[in-house]
Amino acid sequence: MSTTTTTNKTFKRTLSQSNRLTAYAFLLPNLIGFISFTLIPILVAFGLCFVKWDFATPMTFVGFKNFIKLFKDEGFQISLWNTVYFTVASVPLTILISLFLAILLHRKLKGMPFFRTIFFFPYISSLVAVAVVWNMLYHPTMGPINSFLIKLGLENPPLWTSSIVWAMPAVIIMAVWKQMGYYMVIYLAGLNSIPEQLYESARIDGANEWQKFRYITFPMLTPVTFFCSILLIIGSFKVFDQIMMMTEGGPGRATHVMVYEIYTQAFTYFKFGYASAVAMVLFIIVLGLTVFQFRLERKWVHYNLS
Amino acid sequence: MNDQMENQGITLLPKRDNPFTFYKMKKLVFTLLNYVILFSGVVITILPFIWMLSSSLKPNNDVFSFPIAWIPETIRWQNYVDIWKQIDFLTYYKNTIFLTLIVTFNILLTSSLAAYAFAKIHFPERNVLFVLYVMTMAVPFQVIMIPQFIILKNMGLSDSLWALVLIGSFSPFGVFLLRQFYMGIPDELSESARIDGLTEFGIYARIVLPLSKPALSSLGIFQFVWVWNDFLGPLIYLTSDRNKTIQLGLRKFVTQYGAEYGMIMAGSVCALIPLIVMYVILQKQFIQGIATTGLKG
Repeated sequence: MSTTTTTNKTFKRTLSQSNRLTAYAFLLPNLIGFISFTLIPILVAFGLCFVKWDFATPMTFVGFKNFIKLFKDEGFQISLWNTVYFTVASVPLTILISLFLAILLHRKLKGMPFFRTIFFFPYISSLVAVAVVWNMLYHPTMGPINSFLIKLGLENPPLWTSSIVWAMPAVIIMAVWKQMGYYMVIYLAGLNSIPEQLYESARIDGANEWQKFRYITFPMLTPVTFFCSILLIIGSFKVFDQIMMMTEGGPGRATHVMVYEIYTQAFTYFKFGYASAVAMVLFIIVLGLTVFQFRLERKWVHYNLS
Repeated sequence: MNDQMENQGITLLPKRDNPFTFYKMKKLVFTLLNYVILFSGVVITILPFIWMLSSSLKPNNDVFSFPIAWIPETIRWQNYVDIWKQIDFLTYYKNTIFLTLIVTFNILLTSSLAAYAFAKIHFPERNVLFVLYVMTMAVPFQVIMIPQFIILKNMGLSDSLWALVLIGSFSPFGVFLLRQFYMGIPDELSESARIDGLTEFGIYARIVLPLSKPALSSLGIFQFVWVWNDFLGPLIYLTSDRNKTIQLGLRKFVTQYGAEYGMIMAGSVCALIPLIVMYVILQKQFIQGIATTGLKG
């Protein structure tokens, strides 16, 4: 805030009433849509958790029954476990790889913009098209990945999306491939903001590359890592498109994740109340994890004094 | 890999009593290693796309031939002709372009107006409303998609592109992003314009908007890509074929003609081409947009 705003505060307060009309004129187009298609749905979402409704029969209030049911339901438990599996594997992998790539790119090499452009591309490409391609790459008998692995001497390469064990890793590998470029760009921006003097003085003190990373780069990047891990965890709890395109939750229920459960309960079985309860649990988990991360923040995130 | 190991071995050979060459050699090897790793990364990143492109020009029998013939022996353009005949790709394209352009335009218009009120006009409910906007951003789409669907179904829009226009056009995120950017424009500018007799709308249109071109273009570009690539929204709303977007059309084709590998790849290329063209032209904006605002779908 500039100094003028503070000195003008009282003057502005008297003005604010007359400003109201102008302000709402600016807000109106967005506000109407915001209230009808975001705010009201959020409020309705809370209500829907407590009803049983399938469009055809009238809505009945069932209290906490939906929640009791879902915690007993095997489908929900599996979906929760699978979502956690996806998150625990894909988040650290993405962070490690994107940080590693960013550090390599940060060395002011020739052709840096070229590398950056290529790495970033999967992120903006459409998931449906990319998933279609990966499905074919993963083809258990004819796919190029397995043909390559056989050529390397592997006798029984994984069956990828057709295997209960390998379906999730297959989905995770593709997820990391698709999103690493985005986080790499964020890390690059973070690396650019580290003052060069820190490295200069470390060099004078005789620090090696690893020490420079351990005591300068990594601590200075913790705010970026914090930001990335929050985005990644929220994103991975919402994973759906990829599952729908690659495995449809299968084989069996090997990749049946939470949003897939919500989607099928709501739009295949029309159990709107139950699906809303699952969605609410998802929301609470995501919110809880974000709050928890902010709690942990001061334990490991360094913000520079400036 | 062996080469790298040998290279590292060589660095140890120069005697330590000549620190200059030792340092230089070490640096050279590091740079070389750097390039090797980055280049393998590039290969892994780009290979699926190249494979897609090359397979889209092959007859079915050749798609999975190994070793991979990166350049098809006979280039078969027919796949592209066929896919436009097999399914109604033109309609899907039209629908997607319609949806993407309208939603992107609406987002830019409504968000930039609302953000102006939040950043530059003092009115009593400003903070309460803004906090409300920010809080709703924390609610995932997956949580509100069911009530949204019920509301739009009751409005008679359950199988309509307009349903997607309505749910996509008023993102609180756009308001938040632009408001943050407007806050960085000094108030003195708008104050002095006000004294000079410019109306609020005049200040918005003639001062704030031109100054926030970088933020507007980042938001616009990313919005375009999100809507173009959106899958879950269209999946819920669009059921009849004449309303489907490219993503749904591609999925439909894959489920119907699962073994037409060459054509599936041609379809994927068609779904990606507009994005590739846009990316080639606007790649700087893409990367700067993320680096400065942390834009995220």
